[in-house]
Amino acid sequence: MESPALSIPEAPSLVPPALRGILPLVIAIPTLALFHWSLTGSDFATYLLSVVGVNIILAVSLNIVNGMTGQFSIGHAGFMAVGAYIAGYTSLQLKEVALSFLPVAASDQVLFLLALLAGGAAAAACGFLVGLPSLRLRGDYLAIVTLGFGEIIRVFVQNTDAFGRALGLSGIPQYSSPGMVFFWVFLVVLAARRLAGSSHGRSLWAIREDEVAAEAMGVDTTGYKVRAFVFSSFFAGIAGGLFAHFVPIINPGSFTFVRSMEIVVMVVLGGLGSTTGAFVAAIFLTLLPEGMRSLFGALGTEGSLAQRVDQIRMPIYGLLLVVLMLSRPQGLFGTKEIWDVLPRWLPRKRRGLA
Amino acid sequence: MAQLLQHLINGLAAGTIYALVALGYTMVYGVLKLINFAHGDVMMVGVYMGYATAFAIGREARGSFLGIAAVFAVAMLGCALFGFLIERFAYRPLREKPRLTALITAIGISFALSYGFQLDIGFLPGASPRAFPEIIEPKEWLIIGDRDVVVWNWQVISFLIAVGLMVALQYLVFGTRFGRAMRAVSWDHRVAALMGIPTDRVIALTFMLSSGLAAGAGLLYAIKDTSVSPLMGLYVGLKAFVAAVIGGIGHVPGAVVGALVLGLVEEFVVGYAASTWRDAVAFGFLILVLLVKPGGLFGRVAAEKV
Amino acid sequence: MRRLAPMLLAALAVMAGACEKKTQPTPSGEAGTQAAQGQSGSTVSGTPAAGSDTILLGQVGALTGGQATFGISTRNGIELALKEANAAGGVNGKKLAIRVYDNQSKPEEAAQAATRLITQDKVVLILGDVASSNSLAMAEKAQAAGVPMITPSSTNTTVTQKGDFIFRVCFIDPFQGFVMAKFAREDLKLGKVAVLQDNKSAYSIDLSDVFTRKFTEMGGKVATTESYSQGDTDYRAQLTAIKKTQPDGIYVPGYYSEVGVIARQAREVGLKVPLMGGDGWDSEKLFELGGSAISGSYFSNHYSPDNPDPRVQKFIADYKAAYGGVPDALAALGYDAARVAVEALKRAKDLSGPAVRDAIAQTKDFPGVAGTVTLDDNRNAVKSAVVLKVGDGKTQYVTTISP
Repeated sequence: MESPALSIPEAPSLVPPALRGILPLVIAIPTLALFHWSLTGSDFATYLLSVVGVNIILAVSLNIVNGMTGQFSIGHAGFMAVGAYIAGYTSLQLKEVALSFLPVAASDQVLFLLALLAGGAAAAACGFLVGLPSLRLRGDYLAIVTLGFGEIIRVFVQNTDAFGRALGLSGIPQYSSPGMVFFWVFLVVLAARRLAGSSHGRSLWAIREDEVAAEAMGVDTTGYKVRAFVFSSFFAGIAGGLFAHFVPIINPGSFTFVRSMEIVVMVVLGGLGSTTGAFVAAIFLTLLPEGMRSLFGALGTEGSLAQRVDQIRMPIYGLLLVVLMLSRPQGLFGTKEIWDVLPRWLPRKRRGLA
Repeated sequence: MAQLLQHLINGLAAGTIYALVALGYTMVYGVLKLINFAHGDVMMVGVYMGYATAFAIGREARGSFLGIAAVFAVAMLGCALFGFLIERFAYRPLREKPRLTALITAIGISFALSYGFQLDIGFLPGASPRAFPEIIEPKEWLIIGDRDVVVWNWQVISFLIAVGLMVALQYLVFGTRFGRAMRAVSWDHRVAALMGIPTDRVIALTFMLSSGLAAGAGLLYAIKDTSVSPLMGLYVGLKAFVAAVIGGIGHVPGAVVGALVLGLVEEFVVGYAASTWRDAVAFGFLILVLLVKPGGLFGRVAAEKV
Repeated sequence: MRRLAPMLLAALAVMAGACEKKTQPTPSGEAGTQAAQGQSGSTVSGTPAAGSDTILLGQVGALTGGQATFGISTRNGIELALKEANAAGGVNGKKLAIRVYDNQSKPEEAAQAATRLITQDKVVLILGDVASSNSLAMAEKAQAAGVPMITPSSTNTTVTQKGDFIFRVCFIDPFQGFVMAKFAREDLKLGKVAVLQDNKSAYSIDLSDVFTRKFTEMGGKVATTESYSQGDTDYRAQLTAIKKTQPDGIYVPGYYSEVGVIARQAREVGLKVPLMGGDGWDSEKLFELGGSAISGSYFSNHYSPDNPDPRVQKFIADYKAAYGGVPDALAALGYDAARVAVEALKRAKDLSGPAVRDAIAQTKDFPGVAGTVTLDDNRNAVKSAVVLKVGDGKTQYVTTISP
């Protein structure tokens, strides 16, 4: 197995230390604003990018548990559901409320952020509950607990009138925008990168490589595992909250076991432990079915077989997964990151940007 | 009282079938440490093979003993071959790679099969569920009271077939050279290879065995519930997987016990508590078992090699 | 300090996001109509279809996943209607074409597909899905963009409440639940009934709720409510529990894919009372899956295949010729929805969203195969329901119940 690529302590950089903490934000926010502005008016791109963004958040956050810590969680959709329902429910309740000292649009966004954080916090709390059994469970048994949790959440939602039962919650105000989604994408990537390079992250890598050895070296394995879970589920909850605010309806059918598996696929395909990999794989796998739709559409739409092409997408998707894994078993990026690979291609080192 | 007995019978009937599917999971896990997520879908393919055979041999033939045997034989052998192909082309190339890699190909195959069978092109059956032909004509085998408790002939036959398959498997694993080889591979496949065991062949045979069993289980399931659909593998596969874990995955008798327990728990939750909460209770029970016995009912938490 | 700075900036980012949002109008509900009109006007004028000689329609349905069998039936019905319309000369000399997208039985995919149809393919009109949650997701997008949408078979009341661009050609859940309650109480004279609902389907839960309420109001008693999940195949536990309460009948408002098997297992555990259900039962597959066990059961439906009306008989014959099987209710409703759409397109003064919307809204006494369609002020079809009795391989008309 390849050794995980840890970021090497950086050579003295041009950025003054005081700025280093906020520099990514300084660059990211204007970029996001520009990005947001350029999308105004094209609904389809907006929607697609929002879906892509949510999947990136899910994949990058799951990568913290499955990739970096070497645990095996297949219940990510459950955390997402918690976030989606709590945030969606909060927004529905606060629909008529506006903060008087702010313009309506601004007050909506503040409330939206509150709802998101509520969803994230609830998901994190669930992550703590699920993380606790990892005190005793290893490997596939832990996987089953996460799977069971996801299913229990689904059944719970399905039986709760406040959450709309099988019909789901509809009429959630559509506050989300690609700018907001990618702001969170940015946060989760930044957090994952910072984590990977920190002493905390090194402990996670140690647990992944050999739990017993890590423990012998004085790593509080349980504590780290639980924290990794909480961290990861917080972002899954955020992703769910965002999801609830641009898809106009959330419904238990969106958070099934199959959805969890799709996120696992993104993480493994990208390369376990590679944030970049999760990022790229999430984009690729989300756009793939839509791309097939465009491709088939271009081949002609009026024949009777063409009417059936939408049914053929999913089997092809499955077969593509097999082919991709066979041709690149370590995942697209292995455990490497773009910032490990890039300097080799670029003539000069540029490491200011996270 | 009568109702309790009826629930018991229903639960056992469901449990024995989960058990056959769970055995497939557990065997493959034993030798490869791979959760074969495509297992349920392989079962589904087997059921459709049996369905096609039952129609091919015609209405008269399918009721006879030979007809039933033919349906089972075609499905089980066909599925064994299918399992062999999957192992050869989708799993074997990834044997020395990280474990999760093969899991993804398993998911890929599962998607391809369950969605592929929803197409109505060529021989593919289409999304709509179909009635499985009654290859065993239903007759009451035992009636207690005023039809308070009814046991049907096919329930008995299914039970006997299931138990027969399990006994045969137990003999195969613990009483034959192949079984010894299989256990050796499961213990440590590298060392097993050094001892002269043809690991590739053992693993391939294990896959064939588990896929064949799945087909048999699927047919019993289809006889019991009289319908087949492309998504049946997903539901049954998930339940059987849970059953295998309850028993301690990799442990052959454990899978059987786990499956029976799961079948009974589900039945009694629906019968005596709220049916809406069935799946939640089943999984809650599973988590509870794992909290008390982290390796499942029979599995041991392997001592870590340091 | 280093931790504070990012948080501060996060707050800033929110402000930035908030400011940007002001530029977007928020078309929602009645107030949004004008904005939507403005938008849709530009959408349609930009469409290549407007100039060419085809009119493009869109359909989103479940072609894969747990509800695929319903989505495919609907698609077949729509396809047949459009083929007929084109053979009859299309709409004002223009041919009709349709683009069908799959939603995998998931609302987020439905919303995505609807958005794609509206903005990329620039369809004139969208035909919706079977499952109400998917139709709701599409309705929100269609309403915001000002593109009319007709759902063939989403029966949940909230779907058409999304706005004035959303229509349906089927009756709604409260009516259908009432129909069966009335029939069970007054015609079958049942006193005590058990309910077995599909907990994964909003349709089933709605019908079950309404039935329970109405049946109790009419003096009956609902002994127990049990539930299953779409995709289950073993219902013996629920049925054994129901048997204990000794009901006079069982109301099973589910889909044929499950009901057939439920009927078999009900007979197997020794329940001999009649089963009752809704339009989800209507399919040839019901007889195949249910065998003789389903005989003697009743369900409410939009139309009776026995109806001697030549239009109905021609539809059934054409459908059989094209797809090899008797059409189910979903196919009939898909067919009706497409024909209502075609008629409206013929009447509309142009192909812009509001013009088509107004034309659809005027639909009155439209002779569909699944009943006569008149759209009321809430954009719901007002039609009567028929109750059918399941016989040996066919259904038999029993009675008609009007709203």
